[in-house]
Parts: sequence; structure tokens; C-alpha cells
Amino acid sequence: MDRTLVVHVLVLLGLTGLGVVTAQAAGPEPARRAELVRMVRQDCGSCHGMTLKGGLGPALLPESLAGKPSASLVATVMSGRPGTPMPGWSRFVNEAEAEWIIQRLQEGFPPVALGAGS
Amino acid sequence: MSRLVRCCQALCAAAALLLSACAHQPTAEVRGTGDLGIVIERATGSVQIVDHSRQTSLGRVEGLGDLSHAHATYSRDGRYAYVFGRDGGLTKVDLLARRIDRRVVQAGNSIGGSISQDGRLVVAQNYEPGGIKAFDAQTLELVSEVPAEYAPGQFSKVVGLADVSGNRFAYALFEAGEIWVTDFSTPAAPVTQRYPAGKQPYDGLVTPGGRYFMAGLFGEDGVSLLDLWQPGQGARRILGGYGRGEEKLPVYKMPHLRGWAVADGKAYLPAVGRHEVLVVDLTTWQEVGRIPVAGQPVFVMARPDGRQVWVNFAFPDNAQVQVIDTLDRRLLTTLSPGKAVLHMEFTPRGEHVWVSSRDDNRVTIYDTDTLQPLKVLPAQAPSGIFFTARAGRIGF
Ligand code: HEC
Repeated sequence: MDRTLVVHVLVLLGLTGLGVVTAQAAGPEPARRAELVRMVRQDCGSCHGMTLKGGLGPALLPESLAGKPSASLVATVMSGRPGTPMPGWSRFVNEAEAEWIIQRLQEGFPPVALGAGS
Repeated sequence: MSRLVRCCQALCAAAALLLSACAHQPTAEVRGTGDLGIVIERATGSVQIVDHSRQTSLGRVEGLGDLSHAHATYSRDGRYAYVFGRDGGLTKVDLLARRIDRRVVQAGNSIGGSISQDGRLVVAQNYEPGGIKAFDAQTLELVSEVPAEYAPGQFSKVVGLADVSGNRFAYALFEAGEIWVTDFSTPAAPVTQRYPAGKQPYDGLVTPGGRYFMAGLFGEDGVSLLDLWQPGQGARRILGGYGRGEEKLPVYKMPHLRGWAVADGKAYLPAVGRHEVLVVDLTTWQEVGRIPVAGQPVFVMARPDGRQVWVNFAFPDNAQVQVIDTLDRRLLTTLSPGKAVLHMEFTPRGEHVWVSSRDDNRVTIYDTDTLQPLKVLPAQAPSGIFFTARAGRIGF
């Protein structure tokens, strides 16, 4: 019994190790995803609206982003847009995470998990 | 005779109304509203009605829509809160009956509003469609509107709306770079004056007493100042060193100028992008000092007596609140009221301050003398806290 548990833990650890290697392709880990979702809703939300329908910054809904090249949107998130209030977020997210955020925005952003204090 | 009958009928109807009103009222007690307020619950579209004498929540009112970045202003009798939601909802909440009295959805994207000097008009400032709208404070019927069309076909977002004397409202236009002052003396036919202000004003305020309207500029350094006693002189630039400076630091949340602290002849304001509170002399409009703080300040608020200034911060430093002693401009303490501190509200005479922590779902009440927490009240993702004492203040 104990032994199987140990094996399980080892297998799990191994998987997490693999997960780190493949994170670039598969996107951030679930816990980090939850953080990113909260960050977008709350902190990006202070300018783009918690529902992302816009505020001082434009709406970030699928229809408002449609047709805009992902790479330039990712660049906007990482480096900001000089001359506008849009700041760069590279201090807080890496390129892969910014890509993940833009993809989610393009397909309709998930709500903050319930109980997460949103 | 028939008159008597009609009179009786009217009386009966009134009695029935009273009864039904009583049914709504959780307590039958007769009370004032001077020590009441609301706490905005951002994510659930609700507000809690609170009593700051007894430090309790009296109940919750639901159904106010999207309350991210919500703002509230009060009827001059302090009974009704007008809550402006991000989704353009304007809800009139009855603090005594603890229910929604009226509600309209008046715009696509709104940021706040204010009440007129005579208490008869509630004016909303909108991002989309850009402009302001005036509503009858009693019925919430639209009375008139001023679209922020600064050039043919071009509309601007409106920021920093403040009520000033003469039933006027002063506000700034982000894209247009102008300050507008609209006179609602004839509510259905408002008259607007325009003043060039500078690049990208992002918020505004009136000084206590209502003489000066100031707009913070994002697109250039400095603050635009309009003397409302002599508006004909136009807006002038002050505080050339106020802004992001050469390095153009990223700003993760726009600072709020409302509640800008004035204490001991000096104004304390949030630096833009920098971890500093700026101290400005109000007679010369010159900067006289900078106080290093824990992050990019969002609200810099003076205790009503001016002796302390309380500061909260933008992401990622928003789990702290710092308190400055204005006598020697020294940091008194750093507090940890919880994650994502969004707002603070002093009791009218400043012995307590209520602080909201969005991510820890609570409001902490501090004693401003001992700087110790007195009580913690649970709330769902609380943001703004607004006490009825605002009803009697210019620019709130
Ligand atoms: C301080 C205000 C502010 C914050 C906070 C903010 N933004 Fe922005 N954002 C803006 C503004 C203003 C623009 C429009 C810039 C322009 O005029 O081109 C913008 C533009 C954008 C765009 C480009 C939209 C388009 O249609 O081209 C994206 C994508 C974006 N922001 C994502 C984000 C994300 C993700 C975050 C949080 C990690 C964030 N923003 C936080 C103000 C902000």
C-alpha cells in the first residue's frame, strides 16, 4: 500500500517534470492559469473592464480582437503601447503566458473560478 | 360628501402603502442616515448597507449589474445612494428600506457620476457613448445630455466629473485633451464651455470648497488647473514635474485623484508610475517634497482633520496600506488589510477608516489613532466604500 503510494508520487513527480518541459506548447500549469485568469479579469480589468467590454482601454472580446494578428497582440501585452496607457506586462508574464492569454481572449475569456474570491 | 369618500380612499391607500413599505423594512425603527453607507460588492452586483456607528452590516441589496469600477453619490437627504455601474447601470438604492428604489441602464460603459448642487440632478459620466447625461434625481428620468463630441463625429471618453457651484459640472475629455464645464441652471438646456487642457487627462477633481478643477495628464507631465471663479482665464499648466517623466514608467493602474488629500496647506497626490507620494504647496502650486512609498499609489486620502494621509497601491503591491504623518511627512506605519486593497473611507470625523480587501473578501475597520484593526466584516469582493457624509460635500 505504502509502496504503491510512493510509486504514484514518483510517477506524478516525473509527469510534472515532463510538464515543465512541454509547458511552452501546452500552456501554463493549472494553478498558474487560475492566477492568469484572475489577473486578466481584475488587473487588466481595471482598464479593460472586469467583463472585458472596455473601459479606458478597448474591449478585449473575441469580436473586438477578430482579424488582429496574434503576434502583435502578444507584443502589446509584453511591451505595452507607447503613447497610450497600455503598460507592458513582461515583469509579470512570460511570452508563452502572454500567448496563452491572447488565445483565451480570442476565443472568449474564462470566468474566475468560483470561491477564488473574485 | 364625495370629497370625504375620496379623502378616505386616499388615506386607506396611503395606509396600505405604508404597510407594504413596512413589510420591506427589516426593522421598524425610526432612524437617521448620517452614519450609514454602502460597500460595493464588485463581482456579485450587490451592495451592503452598513452602519459605521455600530460597525455592522445592516443587509445586502442585490441586482445592481456589473459593479467593477463602481462609484456612488448621495441624495442630499442622505437616504438614497446613486450607484453607477460599469455596464451603464444607474441604480438608486434606498438605504432605509434597503432595496432598489429605481434603476435605469443609461449607457454602454460608464465610470461614475455626481449630484448637482441643488440635489435635483444626477449626472453620469460615460465612456461609451462618450459624454454626460443628467437625470432627475427623484425619478431617474433623462433630463438632458451633453455628448463629448469634440470634433465632428469624434467622441471622447469622459473622466473626472465633479459637481461644482451654480449647478455646474466640470469634467475632462481623455481623447480631446479638454476640460468642459457644463451649466445645468436650466436643466433641459445645459450650456457648455470648453477649455484646452493638455494630452490625455485621465482623472480630475475639485479642491475642497470647489474653487479649482484639476485634471491629471497622462500624455504629458503636469496637471491642468482651471480656476472656476475665473474660468475665462482658461486652464493653465502647473506641476510640470508631475507625471511619468523621462523614463515613462509603466502604470499598472491609473491613480485616482478623487479624494486627493489636502492637509496643512499642502496637497498630497499619487505620483504616476513612481513609488512616491508628491507634496505640493497649495499657494504656489510648487512641489515641495516626495515621500517614498511601497508601490504605485492609487488613492492618497487625508483623514478629515488632515493629520494623516492614507495610501493604497496598484498591482502588484496592493496588499498594503501606508499611513503618513503630515506634520513631519514621515511614514507612520505599513498595514496589511488583506489582498487587493481597493478603497478606503474615513468616518466623517476621521476616528475610523474602513478598508476593503477584494481578494480576501473583507472590510477591515481601523482606529486611526492607534492604527490597530478594530473589526473585520465579511464582504464579497468588496471595492468602493461610500458613507452618506459625502452627501454634503462639494465634488463628491
Ligand atoms: C492602465 C490601463 C491598462 C491596463 C492595466 C491594461 N491595459 Fe491593455 N490597453 C490599454 C489601452 C489604453 C489600450 C489601447 C492602446 C491604443 O490606443 O492602441 C490597450 C490595448 C490593449 C490590447 C490591444 C487591443 C487591440 O484591439 O488592439 C490588448 C490585447 C491589451 N490591451 C491587453 C491587456 C492585458 C492582457 C492586460 C493585463 C495583463 C492589459 N491590457 C492591461 C490600457 C490598459
